[in-house]
Amino acid sequence: MAKVFGAVIIDTDRCKGCDLCVVACPVDVLALQGKDVNDRGYHFAYTARPEACIGCANCATVCPDGCIEVYRAIEK
Amino acid sequence: MELNDIIKEENRVYKRPALLTDETMHYCPGCSHGVVHKLVAEVVEELGLQEKTIGIAPVGCAVFAYRYIDIDWIEAAHGRAPAVATAVKRLSPDKMVFTYQGDGDLAAIGTCETIHAANRGENIVIIFINNGIYGMTGGQMAPTTLEGMVTSTTPYGRRVDLNGHPLNITPLLALLPGTCYVTRQAVHTPAATRKAKAALRKAFAAAMEGRGTSVIEVVSTCNSGWKMSPAKSNEWMEQNMFPAYPLGDLKNELTPNVEK
Repeated sequence: MAKVFGAVIIDTDRCKGCDLCVVACPVDVLALQGKDVNDRGYHFAYTARPEACIGCANCATVCPDGCIEVYRAIEK
Repeated sequence: MELNDIIKEENRVYKRPALLTDETMHYCPGCSHGVVHKLVAEVVEELGLQEKTIGIAPVGCAVFAYRYIDIDWIEAAHGRAPAVATAVKRLSPDKMVFTYQGDGDLAAIGTCETIHAANRGENIVIIFINNGIYGMTGGQMAPTTLEGMVTSTTPYGRRVDLNGHPLNITPLLALLPGTCYVTRQAVHTPAATRKAKAALRKAFAAAMEGRGTSVIEVVSTCNSGWKMSPAKSNEWMEQNMFPAYPLGDLKNELTPNVEK
């Protein structure tokens, strides 16, 4: 069966740490940084489990600041 | 599969719309405005209307929208966006003209302009962001504020005997013969966001075809004004705003046989 691989790239400088992408992700790939902050002081989102990503683009769809880019590849 | 094999141009399924500028939005984290801006940028880009679109931004948080979406914008006085849009559309009928208004702007200060523009059936799109609060000025009560909702001017909750009933203005606009498409959407989940985008695309196309006024209400959150986290305010919106402002098409004369 073909397996779907996904990857997200997060513009961490632009991220405001609103948590909406984390809630929208169906496979719990994303999380907010516990300690690290970006230049503007927000706990930005990062890929905590990048291997689980299916490239559904839900996170990017709900991101208010448009800081997520999504890639999806199918291995046959 | 390695990350380098996945991250390739041909595998890209979602990227920031090209019409959004590089400027960081001034909105609070998690604000629905950002999502709606993104949808507008995507739809204008997909319809190829960048050179033809004119947005009218009256007073409200979205007053700085001209900084974020790379199309032509006009600022209007508070509530007067539909009047300005009427003029722009009548003088340049080949342009796609839309207004971007909040609930204080559309349902309080600009009620007259909104209702009359819709009644005349101007070929414009009215995007109505309804978060039940005057978000920009510090969370005061708006006409759309729910009964019992705590705002900075109703610290014990809105009282119907004192402050009147919440104004549900979109069904009023749906009654007018000038409107062709009136719908209520939300952007709190990926599915709802995709539906809202489809609604925007329909409305923009209808405006270009000269079918009449389209109104798209987006039930939104104002997490700073509501004093909740973005995720919590989405939940609160589902539980409290949706019973008062149920989602769905209120009027659709674009595809007559589709169920209403």
